[in-house]
Amino acid sequence: MKRPAMLGLFAQPPRLLNVVLALAPFVILIATYLIASDIRLADNPSDKLLPSLQQMGDAIHRLAFEPDRRSGDYVFWADTLASLQRLAIGLALSTLVALIIGLNMGAFNGLYSLGNPILTFIAMIPPLALLPILFISLGIGELGKVALIFIGVFPIMTRDMALSVRSFPREQVVKAKTLGASDLAVVYKILLPQMMPRLITALRLSIGSAWLFLIASEAIAATEGLGYRIFLVRRYLSMDVIIPYVIWITLLGFLMDWALRLILKWRYKWYEQ
Amino acid sequence: MQPLLHIEDVYKQYGDKQVLDNIDLSVRKGEFCTVVGPSGCGKSTLLRLILGQEQPTAGKVEIAGEPALLPDLSRGIVYQRYSLFPNRTVLENVMLGKTLTQGQWWNPWYRNKAHEEEAMAMLAQVRLTDAARKYPHELSGGMQQRVAIAQALIMKPPILLMDEPFGALDPDTRADLQVHLLELWEKEQLTVFFVTHDMHEACLLGTRLLVLSQYYSDDRGDRHFAGRGGKIVADHPLPKVATSREVMHTDAFKELIEQVKQEGFDPEYLQHVKDFNLKHPDSFQTLLDAEYRR
Repeated sequence: MKRPAMLGLFAQPPRLLNVVLALAPFVILIATYLIASDIRLADNPSDKLLPSLQQMGDAIHRLAFEPDRRSGDYVFWADTLASLQRLAIGLALSTLVALIIGLNMGAFNGLYSLGNPILTFIAMIPPLALLPILFISLGIGELGKVALIFIGVFPIMTRDMALSVRSFPREQVVKAKTLGASDLAVVYKILLPQMMPRLITALRLSIGSAWLFLIASEAIAATEGLGYRIFLVRRYLSMDVIIPYVIWITLLGFLMDWALRLILKWRYKWYEQ
Repeated sequence: MQPLLHIEDVYKQYGDKQVLDNIDLSVRKGEFCTVVGPSGCGKSTLLRLILGQEQPTAGKVEIAGEPALLPDLSRGIVYQRYSLFPNRTVLENVMLGKTLTQGQWWNPWYRNKAHEEEAMAMLAQVRLTDAARKYPHELSGGMQQRVAIAQALIMKPPILLMDEPFGALDPDTRADLQVHLLELWEKEQLTVFFVTHDMHEACLLGTRLLVLSQYYSDDRGDRHFAGRGGKIVADHPLPKVATSREVMHTDAFKELIEQVKQEGFDPEYLQHVKDFNLKHPDSFQTLLDAEYRR
């Protein structure tokens, strides 16, 4: 019997329908915006709330391809670079700490008893509530922003890593011991390589919250950065800058996720099996 | 001669549940010892105790006179699953023990030609040289288990423990591997401790067949049998035939199966501890007065 194309538990949408279905919500969203924008602009050409594609394009062209009159920077790229740098340092530190601490905590019961309660406690602190403390103690430079990302992201990644290690099949550890592995060899030769894909997955899931902390800290105190720009131009109701910036941020996040997924697929073929 | 494996007065409890109940066992070198029993009789627990993965609640477990404290090189293990490291190729899996003990395991670029050749020779033993560069997930279940055997054997463990190693395989592959294992055992003079729930497999492979069961009676009062932990209720010496499955069609074999089925697997058939069929010359029993009032 033929399966239905779209409805029902056993539907088998053909390829083309899949693409159409995937694109449909995007098309509807964009179309709705454009129509609404058109209506408002027809009513009042100087309306700032729903800028047209043309206006947004002009604004981004100005920021991305013309040097700023005061600083001589290409603002859009300078913002992107500054934000990505903070994000990368924050995430890299979190990942490294999560790997080393999480791995050892998960593997050694003593370290788990030592680290798990405090880590659980730290993970419960809302990082944004720490923002004033970080800015006061570390200053409003790069350090404070990176620290916020780190504090927001590393406890969850570390706990995830520790729990993954603890739910790792015991048989593999015993097997390695019967092959003559020392405790350290079990942790770094057996567990570590098998935990890498798990770590990458945890990193993928953390990118979203890392952006949140980045934008929040940039909004409060910065001189450049994607979040800084959005909150700066907010004063002038410059939706023609804000909307493209938000889309750009989303796109960057998506690209990072996609790149990590590719690494997972190419480098760790055995993982999904 | 000192026995390779010596277990005396071993009890194991998990909470209120008695899993192993005064186990006595002595296994000498070269024996192919199979352990069979119904589910819940504690055979996997017994294996974990021998492995050193867990400690007995009471009693002693010794390998060549040394207490079995932690898993180490004195025992090899092949599990039903998880024996292989999925992130390493077949060759790397087999070579791993050599790298861990004689190489620089901390050095990711470490290569050793001699180890590689030894591993390839081991793979030839299990007829898998063609699969050397493949990853475990690219192999069939039977091939994976052969790699696992090679991986354990390359370290020449004094005793090879196997926990239902062929339990997940289809009947043909299983028969194939059983014969193969017997050949290896004969050629390499292995000592094997093989746990299974399949009576036919146990009777075919072993030179010594242990039946572990919670279905028995003793003089400890009228506690229901379910409260009693697993005990070795029978210990059969078997003729060393090996390398042929023909024996499975003989009357003697069928008779043995029937006997094991009754001794170990029949909840209604409760032999008294003093009447256990412990015919093997290495067999011994240390009953408490409570268990057997003389």
